[in-house]
Amino acid sequence: MLDIVYFAWVRERIGQPRERLETGAATVADLVAELRAKDPRYEAAFADPAVLRVALDQDLADFTASLAGVREVAFFPPMTGG
Amino acid sequence: MHGPMFDPEGRYARHLILPEIGPVGQATLNAASVLVIGAGGLGSPVLLYLAAAGIGRLGLADDDVVSLSNLQRQVLHGTARLGQSKTASARDRLSDLNPEVLLETHAIRISPETAALVGGFDLVIDCTDNLAARHLINRACVAAAVPLLSGAIAQWEGQIGLYAPALGGPCYACTFPETDPPPPAQSKGVVGALPGVVGARMALEAIKFFTGAGQNLLGRLWMIDTLWNEERLMRMHRRDDCPVCRARGAGC
Repeated sequence: MLDIVYFAWVRERIGQPRERLETGAATVADLVAELRAKDPRYEAAFADPAVLRVALDQDLADFTASLAGVREVAFFPPMTGG
Repeated sequence: MHGPMFDPEGRYARHLILPEIGPVGQATLNAASVLVIGAGGLGSPVLLYLAAAGIGRLGLADDDVVSLSNLQRQVLHGTARLGQSKTASARDRLSDLNPEVLLETHAIRISPETAALVGGFDLVIDCTDNLAARHLINRACVAAAVPLLSGAIAQWEGQIGLYAPALGGPCYACTFPETDPPPPAQSKGVVGALPGVVGARMALEAIKFFTGAGQNLLGRLWMIDTLWNEERLMRMHRRDDCPVCRARGAGC
């Protein structure tokens, strides 16, 4: 079971701040592909993953990173307002 | 903890009796210089609390004027100041709050020509409202080896990071590379109390940075979603191929 947390407009597009998912995804990129196939809301949120950052158990990682042993994945964009 | 001259009603009394600050920490704050870029939503609490804390020299850069739609969140300014420059408005309020602080106002927009301003300060605090300015300030801070406390807000959420390649951490562009595609345009809606939450935390992190109290945010990205009560402290990493801090060879 994987906890997934979404921040800012990613959260807004998906429509929820967090969810738990049973997944066999090996990497972050695999997880993103799985989510995008789920629903158009996810497709909209992950349309361009290059604008997003990902943290695995609160440690910033690349989308190629392995999900082995990971409990929480957080997706977030840079915020820019002041 | 404090000498016989301690005045319990003095301006910094509540800092002086705090073990993590005390007379030594307060003297450090009184000797510190900080440049705050942007006197808007985040800049309001940052400037108010840092002036109140007695930061010795407080620089402020903003080229904007106070408008009515600012006042829902930019609590440094007031209705009587509508149409005036934010620097003049800030100067009046901050010098009233703490006349001991040396205020240095710059009614300028940060640009490649003006960014060198960061070099004269111990810490730069980015409270601007756009990504281009954020990258410009990061480049100037890396070039001048000045630590950068960068905060940002969006709607109900905020992010704060302390970037200092010279102290061994990543720079802003290590985490958010300039070559990334631009994020999609977002609503400028923001709940008025949000910059209070995030900006006050920025001022607090600046105080921790100078006094050495507890653990500062070097190499950490604090993120808060006030709508859904999610809060995370994420570890950031230097990028060996970062064109900003790598090119400087700033221990990065």
